[in-house]
Amino acid sequence: MTSKPCTLYEKIWDAHVVERRNDGSCLIYIDRHLVHEVTSPQAFEALRLAGRKVRRPDLTIAVPDHNLPTTARRDAAGKRIPIGDVESAQQLAALETNAPEFGIRYIGDSDAEQGIVHVVGPEQGFSLPGTTIVCGDSHTACHGGLGALAFGIGTSEVEHVLATQTLILKQSKTMEVRVEGGLRPGVTAKDLILHIIGVIGTAGGTGHVIEYRGKVFEEMSVEGRLTVCNMSIEGGARAGLVAPDETTFAYVQGRPYAPKGAEWDKAVAWWRTLHTDPGASFDKSVVINAAEIEPTVTWGTSPEDTVAIGGVVPSPDSFADPNKQKAAQASLDYMGLEPGTPMTEVEIQNVFIGSCTNSRIEDLRAAAAVLRGRHKAENVKWAIVVPGSGLVKRQAEAEGLDKVFIEAGLEWREPGCSACLGMNPDKVPAGERSASTSNRNFMGRQGPGSRTHLVSPAMAAAAAVTGRLTDVRELVG
Amino acid sequence: MTPIRHVAGKAIPFGAKNVDTDIIIPAHWLKTITREGMGRGAFEVLRKDPDNLFDNPEYKGAPILIAGDNFGCGSSREHAAWALLDLGITCVIAPSFSDIFASNAFKNGILTVVLPQDQVDRLLEVAQTDPVDIDLESQTVTTPFQDRFPFEIDPFRKHCLLEGLDEVGLTLAENDVISAYERRAAGELSFLSGKVERAA
Repeated sequence: MTSKPCTLYEKIWDAHVVERRNDGSCLIYIDRHLVHEVTSPQAFEALRLAGRKVRRPDLTIAVPDHNLPTTARRDAAGKRIPIGDVESAQQLAALETNAPEFGIRYIGDSDAEQGIVHVVGPEQGFSLPGTTIVCGDSHTACHGGLGALAFGIGTSEVEHVLATQTLILKQSKTMEVRVEGGLRPGVTAKDLILHIIGVIGTAGGTGHVIEYRGKVFEEMSVEGRLTVCNMSIEGGARAGLVAPDETTFAYVQGRPYAPKGAEWDKAVAWWRTLHTDPGASFDKSVVINAAEIEPTVTWGTSPEDTVAIGGVVPSPDSFADPNKQKAAQASLDYMGLEPGTPMTEVEIQNVFIGSCTNSRIEDLRAAAAVLRGRHKAENVKWAIVVPGSGLVKRQAEAEGLDKVFIEAGLEWREPGCSACLGMNPDKVPAGERSASTSNRNFMGRQGPGSRTHLVSPAMAAAAAVTGRLTDVRELVG
Repeated sequence: MTPIRHVAGKAIPFGAKNVDTDIIIPAHWLKTITREGMGRGAFEVLRKDPDNLFDNPEYKGAPILIAGDNFGCGSSREHAAWALLDLGITCVIAPSFSDIFASNAFKNGILTVVLPQDQVDRLLEVAQTDPVDIDLESQTVTTPFQDRFPFEIDPFRKHCLLEGLDEVGLTLAENDVISAYERRAAGELSFLSGKVERAA
């Protein structure tokens, strides 16, 4: 008997259907749930008010990340250093109380495992291929790099998952982003995903789950795949996927929550079936030639506003859509940029290396490789490196990367979301520019009035050295 | 959840494209542990402009917002829906919505209506002077003129919105079905949803 060829997404979806309903929606089982302090307090409160329990506390992990300052959290005596912002402190305290009250493991602010949820999940082996993973955070798409169906949810859905371990969902359409050929030297996973978003637009993947296909992804490390899938939401797709393979299995094996022994063998046997079958069709397909991709930066206030580092700030008139022309003009006004300016002439005052997109050990190695033996430029006032977790921090220090950063004039911080979004003390001042390895260049995202240029870790390091957006290939390689 | 059948009144002719949830409610308003009071932070950056629509007395308390393509993109923050509700907005009309925002809006009893760009443009024009009327039962948007625009909505969502149903309560009632899945998965896919334990 031959069954219809299926996409990877359809296989994971089918394995998690609890119930199909007449109206076309499905009740879908959720295998892993990550909780942080910002989008969960109202969910726990709703459970409490209704007298409801958490159905499967063992399938949820809670970890604070958004509000935590990235400066020291304990004094010399090991006592907690109070957080100045009363509201941040209150939100963090709520998670610290809620998690144990509902029987959920809480990874605290001074635990070595603490970090950004999307770094912690894969690192702990909690996020696994073939699982459904949710979190009240749109960058949950990240975990798709392991071949998991992972997506962001709102607080009402957080409550729904806590109470029932399921979600009511409509199956998404499928979209293939096929990248042909190989990346040129000096072009990274971040450049690739920025380029892809530039091609498909911020609504290009709306209603779809993207599968990234092609040799580039097969040859890419798991960390690179996590970076790519992380920004799927910036292309409108709630989730992105890379098929799990030997690289994935090698990454997962031996991690604290990963299956062991016979369970491991059973898992790998199933994971090997998780790929799009030959002949399976996608609702939408985009083909990209890898050789055309240069190190990529953003010029505007939408992640689709991308340009190769060798390019110039575009003129609003260059867009066909009148609405896009208006948006581009508003972006340029906000960013304080003139059309025709070469990107390499754009001066920056701040550098942020971190975020769930780019704070893993390979990211820090890439930045350190550029900064080794160099120093940040005079006009760069603030430059910080924020590891994605305590374990990444420890690893980086074992490799001496912290010293490279400090000697180059950058600050070495504690793990958290930091300057990716203005919820903790790390902010880019109004009117100033940053070269940032984060994922969103929205107006005010890094602090009121901040101007963000999204870049890869190596490009952020290069910008720190020269004080302007720079083609990293001119410094190394 | 408050049932919603019919929304009629002033509509804010906003029209902007790709409005992200950072614009709807900036991150520093997210440090709350309740759902209330978000309206003060809604569209904060845009409201620095004294001529902004949201503080225009003409549109004070308007229950409808008319927006451009891809409304609510970006962050999954449900605070965006809470902020709109706190402003008194219970219906948003746009050519398209981000998936997560549309879901969050629905869970909070906000009706999202998708109409083609030309019809949205027409409503933007009408809203300058006149009210707009949305009837969920018949799935139509009308104006005091001859405009009559039908819209599509997921039947389950329509049912929940009309009845004001609590989705968590509905799903909890299906406990047996969920337990049956867990028993099945515990065999075949034990490594997925079986008891999760950390290595010592």
